[in-house]
Amino acid sequence: MYGQGILRGLRITLMHFFRTYLDDLRYGLRKFSSNENFAQRQGPQARGVFTVQYPDEKLAVPERFRFIPFLIVEDYDHPERPGHDWCTSCGICAKVCPPQCIWIVRETDPQTGRPKPEPEAFFIDIDICMNCGYCAEFCPFDAIKMDHDYEMASYDRTSHHIFDKEKLSKELRYWRTIAPTTAYEEMLARGGWEHSDVIKERKKEARNAQKVPRAERLAAQEEAGTAAANGADEAAAVAEPVAAEGTSEDPEQARREQKRAEMKARLAARRAAKKSN
Amino acid sequence: MTEVVAEAKGPEREENLNTAEAGYQSLKERFPDAVSDDAREGYSGILVDATHLPEVATAIRDELGYDYLSSATAVDHLGLEGECLEMVYHAYRTSGGPALVFKAQTDRSAAEIPSVTPVWPGADFQEREAWDLFGIQFPGHPNLKRILLWEGFDGHPLRKDWREPYYEEEHKPFDSRWPGGKVFRAEETNLFGKNVQYPDDFDLGQLADVSDEALYSGLGLGVNVEPLANGSSNGLQTDTIVVNMGPHHPSTHGVFRMVTELRGETIHSLEPVMGYLHRNHEKIGERNAWLHNMPFTDRLDYISSMGNNLGYALAVEQLMSRGARYKAPPYRAEVIRVLMAELTRIVNHLWAVGFLLNDLGAFFTPMLYANNTREKILDVFEAAAGSRLMCNYMRFGGVYKDIPERLRSVANLVNDKIRDLDFMQFLGELVRDAIPRAIDELDDLLTENEILRTRCEGVGILPAETAIAYSTAGPLLRASGVAYDVRRAEPYSIYPDLDFAVCTRPNGDIYDRYLIRIDEMRESVKILKQILPLLEQTAGQEIMPGGKPGAYMPRVPVGEAYGRVENPKGELGYYVVSAGDPKGPQNPWRYHIRATSFINLTVLGTLCQGHKVADVVTILGSIDIVLGEVDR
Ligand code: SF4
Ligand code: SF4
Repeated sequence: MYGQGILRGLRITLMHFFRTYLDDLRYGLRKFSSNENFAQRQGPQARGVFTVQYPDEKLAVPERFRFIPFLIVEDYDHPERPGHDWCTSCGICAKVCPPQCIWIVRETDPQTGRPKPEPEAFFIDIDICMNCGYCAEFCPFDAIKMDHDYEMASYDRTSHHIFDKEKLSKELRYWRTIAPTTAYEEMLARGGWEHSDVIKERKKEARNAQKVPRAERLAAQEEAGTAAANGADEAAAVAEPVAAEGTSEDPEQARREQKRAEMKARLAARRAAKKSN
Repeated sequence: MTEVVAEAKGPEREENLNTAEAGYQSLKERFPDAVSDDAREGYSGILVDATHLPEVATAIRDELGYDYLSSATAVDHLGLEGECLEMVYHAYRTSGGPALVFKAQTDRSAAEIPSVTPVWPGADFQEREAWDLFGIQFPGHPNLKRILLWEGFDGHPLRKDWREPYYEEEHKPFDSRWPGGKVFRAEETNLFGKNVQYPDDFDLGQLADVSDEALYSGLGLGVNVEPLANGSSNGLQTDTIVVNMGPHHPSTHGVFRMVTELRGETIHSLEPVMGYLHRNHEKIGERNAWLHNMPFTDRLDYISSMGNNLGYALAVEQLMSRGARYKAPPYRAEVIRVLMAELTRIVNHLWAVGFLLNDLGAFFTPMLYANNTREKILDVFEAAAGSRLMCNYMRFGGVYKDIPERLRSVANLVNDKIRDLDFMQFLGELVRDAIPRAIDELDDLLTENEILRTRCEGVGILPAETAIAYSTAGPLLRASGVAYDVRRAEPYSIYPDLDFAVCTRPNGDIYDRYLIRIDEMRESVKILKQILPLLEQTAGQEIMPGGKPGAYMPRVPVGEAYGRVENPKGELGYYVVSAGDPKGPQNPWRYHIRATSFINLTVLGTLCQGHKVADVVTILGSIDIVLGEVDR
């Protein structure tokens, strides 16, 4: 019969319409309250239409999300090198950048005239940056990472859109907050939460220590132990997956478990903060 | 309903391989004076003497059966052996098998090569492009006008001695970036003040002339602007009028323009006008280092960037495989690549079907239903690659990173909504449940809809012979009953091990082009269901050879390669040439894209003839173009 196809189509549109409200009823007022519900409604099993009310609400971006890069500096309360650049101005990111939007001035030692492993200046033209993520991928020192902050519109591009070192620098702590898993993997590859040069230095010292008598070696070990403890303290605000290792047979599983618990705690804290506001 | 053509595998393919060699042999015997082997290191195929090209081309098509001209492009050999301009042609048989590659050379100062458009009409736009960007004349071409650039453009930009206004150095990386990186804005250093240069004798005044005549006079093919000029009215007969659609028109899917000549309501002739989004992608690509190009390929067909990545990776791997220390991508990398490529196909077809309905006037309801599922696939891309559209996920030898464990969103802003789902579970539910459901729903919603059928059935019919002759590809070709799919015709990656059918439809009208997309989505789901267990089996295996990330400045051996993939919109090919370099070959000498959307448009004029204006919009929608790829 002519018109049957149209009617069938209309039934589907109608179903869509109802499903949205059925879903709203099912989740009721809890719709916005719990993360599980939220994930459910944004997952593949969701029926009906469920929109996120940007900018009042935002969908948190996944860890690998990449927007304009930033430079990692040591935490500002780091006991030894607060605010120290992780970048050694090796220039790899500037070479691998497809639109060539990274400019680096390498610092030279005024006394010897030899280059120092630190950038004197570091610029990224964020109008040109294509957010490809190569700089972060190929940096051998984990010193440049892709940011998650995408709300950076401004009124005048000529005066605001060349980011200098000051604007680009963010603490290591920030990276560990926005990308805990990735930061953890990188830590494992480096061998510690410190900059790879510091770790190398430590290893060298440890090797030297092996040559010295046992008593001294013990002292050195103790010292290293305290340093590690310091590191743990200082990062207490963010996830500390290293601690979970060893306590469980499956470190991966334990880590995930803990991460989830932390995330919940963090969220609860945030909600509490919001309420008190 | 689906017509499935079983694919010949195994021995037949080997036979085809032989026939490519046999083809060269027989051509050399037939044209001993005109044809010789291309003996340069790393090159393949035959060199054809330019003056004999039409005869040889006809023989290739008629006697050897290479009925499908996939790609025709030029290379500037300035400073290399021979110092010539060269046209490179890749011809295939629609029955499958490898390419027959032939080339014709010409002098740089008076570049002229006979047109092969009379033999393969599909060469039309590609030769115009070669004229536009390389300045090669093609005697015998029906309408040799610039196609991507404007008429007043100074020079032919893909010649090696042409320099852009923002010119800094021949090749990236530029020395000014490190270690003394004094930042500057390129546009402030531009010689011309604005990003425009034109010949001294070009009359800019003609741009100020906005009369109809001036607006249309630059166009050639078919559209007759005479009636406009003399303004004659011929009594009671229907007037011929010229109607311009675009470049800003909601139905054109971007900045695309069609100039139509109407007799009453009926299209007498139509000419597509493009290039509004042209950025000379290929010149940028030749300044870039090899790896630099990967994120640029995302910007071609930005709906299916994973597929673009894959094609480029395959082409460069083909070149690299000539090197001594080359290692092929590990198995898991191939599995992930196919996973992404097939998800991309679904993304693209959902989009295409949704927008086809928009073009039909069913504003946004079907489109949003389709997009709902598409967004979830993009979640997968975002979790794995870091971006929803500009994925930049493939690398030479593998992929950027293994798929993540969790499809995790982590909050860093106060009011963020967090999700933390298991990636494999999400993917599994998507493939087994959500995507098939969405496809069925679209099918239910649209396929039997009487309005849709009336508008689409029997409109814009593309016969199989025309489809082949015009080098159309992808769903457009298969909806005309030609079972040609690169995944089967010249398999790559792990496609030979996968079970799927090459869908075809017999009628070649808009309705069939809609149905074929639904069919192909179903086949993609079938592939994905085979991929899921493979992903689980290979979990934890390496995704780059040796488990190490690739070099950031890979060395690529000298030679040429043509890598092609079956992208959702059709065959996407990359023709890359590596030439020696004192520091080692690091930059592509030639980086050409066989852009499906661009070549599929060659047939648009023919397809629209005799239809109504309203149908033009739908026909264009059923071809499914993306202007990022058309204009490059
Ligand atoms: S690659 Fe890393 S260490 Fe080297 S210059 Fe760039 S940010 Fe600094
Ligand atoms: S993200 Fe890509 S374009 Fe942006 S600075 Fe890094 S390498 Fe350059």
